Amino acid sequence: MNTLTEAFLQSFQLIITLDETLVEVVLLSLSVTFKAVSLACLIGFPLGTALAVLKFPGQKTLVVLFNSFMGLPPVVVGLVVYLILSANGPLGPLGLLYTPTAMIIAQTILVTPIIVAHSRQIIVLLAEEYDETLRSMQASRMDIMGTLLWDSRFSLFTTVLAGLGRAFSEVGAVMIVGGNINHFTRIMTTAIALQTARGDLALALGLGIILLVLTISINALAYGLKTTWEKHSYA
Amino acid sequence: MTKILTGWVGLVFLLLCTPVHSSDEYILLQSTTSTQNSGLYEFLLPHFEDGHGVKVKVVAVGTGQALYNGSRCNGDIVIVHSPADEREFVEAGYGIDPHNLMYNRFVIVGPSSDPAGIGKIETLREAFAKLSKGPAPFVSRGDDSGTHKKELSLWNKYEISTTGDWYYEVGSGMGATLNITVGLEGYTMTDLGTWLSFANKTNHVILYENGSELFNQYGIIMVNPDHCPNVNSEPAREFLNWIVSPMGQQLIAQYKIDGEQLFYPNASPKRYK
Amino acid sequence: MPKAKILDLNDFSEQKKQQASIICSSLSFQRGEKEILSDISTTFPKTGISVIMGPNGAGKSVLLRTIIGLLKPDSGYVILNPEFARKTALVFQRPVLIRRTVYGNLHHALGIAGVPRRQRRSRIEELIAIGGLTGLENLPARSLSGGEQQRLQMVRALSSNPKLILLDEPSASLDPQSTHAIEEIIKSTSDKNVKLVLVTHDIGQAKRLADDVTFIHKGKILEQNSSPDYFNSPSTPEVKSYLEGDLLV
Ligand SMILES: Nc1ncnc2c1ncn2[C@@H]1O[C@H](COP(=O)(O)OP(=O)(O)OP(=O)(O)O)[C@@H](O)[C@H]1O
Ligand SMILES: [Mg+2]
Repeated sequence: MNTLTEAFLQSFQLIITLDETLVEVVLLSLSVTFKAVSLACLIGFPLGTALAVLKFPGQKTLVVLFNSFMGLPPVVVGLVVYLILSANGPLGPLGLLYTPTAMIIAQTILVTPIIVAHSRQIIVLLAEEYDETLRSMQASRMDIMGTLLWDSRFSLFTTVLAGLGRAFSEVGAVMIVGGNINHFTRIMTTAIALQTARGDLALALGLGIILLVLTISINALAYGLKTTWEKHSYA
Repeated sequence: MTKILTGWVGLVFLLLCTPVHSSDEYILLQSTTSTQNSGLYEFLLPHFEDGHGVKVKVVAVGTGQALYNGSRCNGDIVIVHSPADEREFVEAGYGIDPHNLMYNRFVIVGPSSDPAGIGKIETLREAFAKLSKGPAPFVSRGDDSGTHKKELSLWNKYEISTTGDWYYEVGSGMGATLNITVGLEGYTMTDLGTWLSFANKTNHVILYENGSELFNQYGIIMVNPDHCPNVNSEPAREFLNWIVSPMGQQLIAQYKIDGEQLFYPNASPKRYK
Repeated sequence: MPKAKILDLNDFSEQKKQQASIICSSLSFQRGEKEILSDISTTFPKTGISVIMGPNGAGKSVLLRTIIGLLKPDSGYVILNPEFARKTALVFQRPVLIRRTVYGNLHHALGIAGVPRRQRRSRIEELIAIGGLTGLENLPARSLSGGEQQRLQMVRALSSNPKLILLDEPSASLDPQSTHAIEEIIKSTSDKNVKLVLVTHDIGQAKRLADDVTFIHKGKILEQNSSPDYFNSPSTPEVKSYLEGDLLV
């Protein structure tokens, strides 16, 4: 109880004073998450659509794989990315280990399956509805996929939010590939892990509260954006 | 079509590029967690960085992981506390210029009620014997860290078997292990630095801290540039020279929490035969 | 997408091939036990309005889908005269409009037809006028009334400037005004040398529009004749009773 109250006070104080370190950590968290989810969307939307629309050998296997990959353990992803980016690993010369880019890569790998699986699910439904119409217009495969993607955009929003949630709250993978380096690769979740290790549970929890508040704000903002966009596009 | 593809590739590239933090030169320090968790680096590193224009980025992991990362060339210099492993690291050709850096001691912490009754015990052997009777759990790191290895070597030395429901192997870092210990009202062995800076002590206190057997030596080793051509060895050496110099050593001695000194400098080059 | 094969065919006389827009050769389509199209062989002329009639479930919609390539026949094939191939459009019995505005639907169709962006606006305005949809441009297409949706589907089919349009009961369930509007569009389109194949149950409409009529029953063609002959002297009892309004089973 004591710790909880203290945690609220701590988080409150950190927010009110706009604690410099906190701001830095929050901004990096947001930027890594935002970039990772954007990348995951850039990869995942076309892939999910292709899996929904195209029939090719191995397509079903891919669907099952991506569905399973939604549950990839972050630590395992972290390790794999670590080994790849490691100085004597295949991409070592790029010098990406322990940089925000490494964290973005790891999170992209974690989020992409979510985007692929969810968007495929959504697109399949619309594809059923549009299929004959679009084919009767002699639409090319690209046209069909483009149309389906665009017309699913509001439903796909939820997919993006699911991805954001996963990325923003993830700690295992970014810890390994980012290194939790102060002022450089420290983000909300790794900061929380560090404070927990230091036994400063109130501060850890306080940061946790801020993380939660941020998550809620992002979701609210996204929801608001979606609603106005939806309205606007039919205005 | 090609336009879309070009745009796509461009976007992917853009998102992967993170703004270069600063053009500052930096070195990557692979470190054991205790030195980081104790807050030593936050106190110490600015002194070096300001004077030398070199930033020190710290990746804090267990000693085993720190040495492993170093052996894979993911770091320029390591600070760890497991002399045997350090020796192996150097002899395998991964590290050069090993130095003793500083020391403190391990302590055994437990609930102030002390159900095992080790508080008034003279010898460590007796204390361990009492712990193994199991009135309260003993929580072991179980993660191959320097602290874990030290603990195992002690059970071994006293020929006490650690199989039993009183012995918990948690496979976690020191901080997490302490949190678990506190939650279980159990005992554990920790380095003094982590303990003093640990904020969630609740009713736990140091119950045993005597004896040379609990000596905890920290060492610093440069990653071998012959093995890892990518390392930043110039500034790494600069850092090494600085931290073992009277200036660096004095600063280490100055770092205190609640008036208590955490680390005792004892820099000297190590020679393995 | 399964395309109708385009090739010359020795089973049909040279003259037929010259004059036909669509050649159906031994088309069969089965679903389970049921034979939905059974061995349909026929041609449709290159010009005018061909009407297809027949009771519910006769296979008319399936035939149109097969002609345009949406369904693959189990056996037989469809050949489109190269003049018409890939310049086709289908107006569905139940319109599926995409989830955009009226304007958006037409813009989308023009995009797929490869009309450059700059030219789309003026073309859309034209189409909106033809469909009598002025003022509805910015409404979600799916909020339109049934008749308005049908007219939108109609002008959407026109947007790609097809040479051959298949229409599946385009005015079923429309009020007389909308029906009239649809018929006007059909007539003016036909006047522009576009080949039309129209499925309808409306005998009056068939009489007003048809140049030739094909009667399908249980997946088979029972009769194919020029419009006046079909209506004045039906040769099969099925057509006779159909025209008299008896229920065919
Ligand atoms: N994809 C399909 N799978 C199975 N059966 C089908 C399929 N499409 C159509 N049918 C069946 O084929 C028969 C003919 O259908 P079709 O839609 O062509 O009838 P229609 O002549 O257009 O009738 P209506 O005048 O009611 O529109 C129907 O009995 C229908 O149930
Ligand atoms: Mg029908």
